[in-house]
Amino acid sequence: MEQDKLLEIEDLSIYYITEDAGTCQAVNHVSLSLGKGETLGLVGETGAGKTTIAKGIMRLVMEPPGKYVSGSIRFHGEDLLKKSVREMQKIRGAKISMIFQDPMTALNPTDTVGAQIAEVLYYQKNLSKAEARKRAEEMMEMVGIQKNRYDEYPHQFSGGMKQRIVIAIALACNPELLIADEPTTALDVTIQAQVLDMMRNLKKELGTAMLLITHDLGVVAEMCEKVAIVYAGEIVELGRVEHIYDETAHPYTIGLFGSLPSMAGTEERLKPVGGMMPDPSHLPPGCKFAPRCPRKTPACEQQEIPLSEIAPGHLVRCIHVGEE
Amino acid sequence: MAEEKNRQVSSAVRAEDVMRKYKKQSRLGMIWRQYRKNALSMFSLALILILAAMALGADWIAPYGATEQNISDRFMGPCAAHLFGTDGLGRDIFSRVVYGARVSMIVGFISTGVSAFFGIILGSIAGFCGGWIDNVIMRVLDVFMAIPNMLMAMVLSATLGTGMINCMLAVGITGIPNMARVARASVMTQRNQEYIESARSNNAGNGRIIFRYVLPNALSPIFVAVASGIANAITVAASLSFIGLGIQPPNPEWGAMLSAGREYIMEYPWLCIFPGIAILITVFSLNNIGDGLRDALDPRLKN
Repeated sequence: MEQDKLLEIEDLSIYYITEDAGTCQAVNHVSLSLGKGETLGLVGETGAGKTTIAKGIMRLVMEPPGKYVSGSIRFHGEDLLKKSVREMQKIRGAKISMIFQDPMTALNPTDTVGAQIAEVLYYQKNLSKAEARKRAEEMMEMVGIQKNRYDEYPHQFSGGMKQRIVIAIALACNPELLIADEPTTALDVTIQAQVLDMMRNLKKELGTAMLLITHDLGVVAEMCEKVAIVYAGEIVELGRVEHIYDETAHPYTIGLFGSLPSMAGTEERLKPVGGMMPDPSHLPPGCKFAPRCPRKTPACEQQEIPLSEIAPGHLVRCIHVGEE
Repeated sequence: MAEEKNRQVSSAVRAEDVMRKYKKQSRLGMIWRQYRKNALSMFSLALILILAAMALGADWIAPYGATEQNISDRFMGPCAAHLFGTDGLGRDIFSRVVYGARVSMIVGFISTGVSAFFGIILGSIAGFCGGWIDNVIMRVLDVFMAIPNMLMAMVLSATLGTGMINCMLAVGITGIPNMARVARASVMTQRNQEYIESARSNNAGNGRIIFRYVLPNALSPIFVAVASGIANAITVAASLSFIGLGIQPPNPEWGAMLSAGREYIMEYPWLCIFPGIAILITVFSLNNIGDGLRDALDPRLKN
């Protein structure tokens, strides 16, 4: 497994630097790796820096105000941060593609959906117009939309169908890595299930690796092999799904599970994680989660907490792990 | 029974046809459908089409030449031979109004074309690039905007000299800042839409983003600005001609005709009434078309 790493992020930090709001440390020393065909779930609450990590991989963070402060993003061993804009353009959409959160706004309203799928193929795969159209029609059928709707405009589709189109665009060139930024958040539950099902099948069929960003632990359980829990721009817990779900170690992850309604319905009330995420432009020293942590001790706030491996492949950023 | 069923089937088939037709409609088709609902705008569009036909076919429609004088027929009131009467040189006012439509249309469209061309380019660059480029372009245009439109046009035509081309240039340049402002605002709202980012994530470079994504989506407000810009250009051009800075006599320009007729307005009111009505109808119609377009393009009014 170790040798066929597709994506390796090492020590990635991305800041947003603005004059009036100061420096916002959106992503701090994130290291991740993803093998071919693997699915990694990136979980965290709003503002934890998940989307910045995703955009960071695509080099879509606007500079300024964004700035890649440190780290490397190796894709097939080549550092994406060292690529020129033109080289990145060849990778985007062809080798790595991205699905955005809101299908309502992710499509160009003045262009037919078919043309938008064909466009990627035409430019990235150098297909002729006719070939691109044919392939785009195949893609539409693959995501379950009749190909005779090729010449229709996005506003003629429902939300779930638009998301299928977005997925068709993302998968059109058969990318090796698909970054899905909360692909189902804007959809209702029934459509969510359909879209997730479809993505899982397509993934199996095409062997695409996937980075799935979500704040829905249910979705992660269904889709992912590996999970990274992100808090205030840091990875606080990383491991295989079984690690995270069965041997939950970090107090924040425990808190996340505590705030989930359970079907068994034994709890009277949900237990939300109290407090707010720290302001990323004024991060506390030491453990970022300490202010909200039920197991906080003075030691937590005095030092940077390292990620420690508590079981093979299961990493946690907490000094209290292992104590009872 | 069977007949009933047949009818049901055929109506179902027809409904499907209608649905398909409805679905296949492009965005332009939809705008047109929406526009058609507004009776006043449709009426205005018809008027403008008539005026445009008049302008194009002036040579066949006008019974006399635009500058054809007939001293023995001076100051004739409206009659069978001269529908709108004649002026102090015995020229047929109806013919001059018809030829004037040509002048006004040309001036209106070309000068708006000038302002739209430069305005859209400047505005799009400012809106798309943002930052200091935006600042430089817009502050310069602000300086121009601080000068009242009419004054600006007067200064420009006084500098450039009179005549049709200079008049169009003056009016066109005067309209640039407004057009640029509309284009900039529109481009700026599109630039930050998610589908632009999504396009970037799928390979697109700046050129393709501007021409395939930003501009088509930013066009609606610009259309409206152009439609009302034409009306504005025609009034400004007429005003310029009225004060003698625009199109010079004996060219049949409505504003110039008003100006020439104003000495006789008490005795021979038709000298002013008919060109005045022509200006009124044109500007009224163009403004209504602009309003209709704005309503048709407003997504909130779509059903």
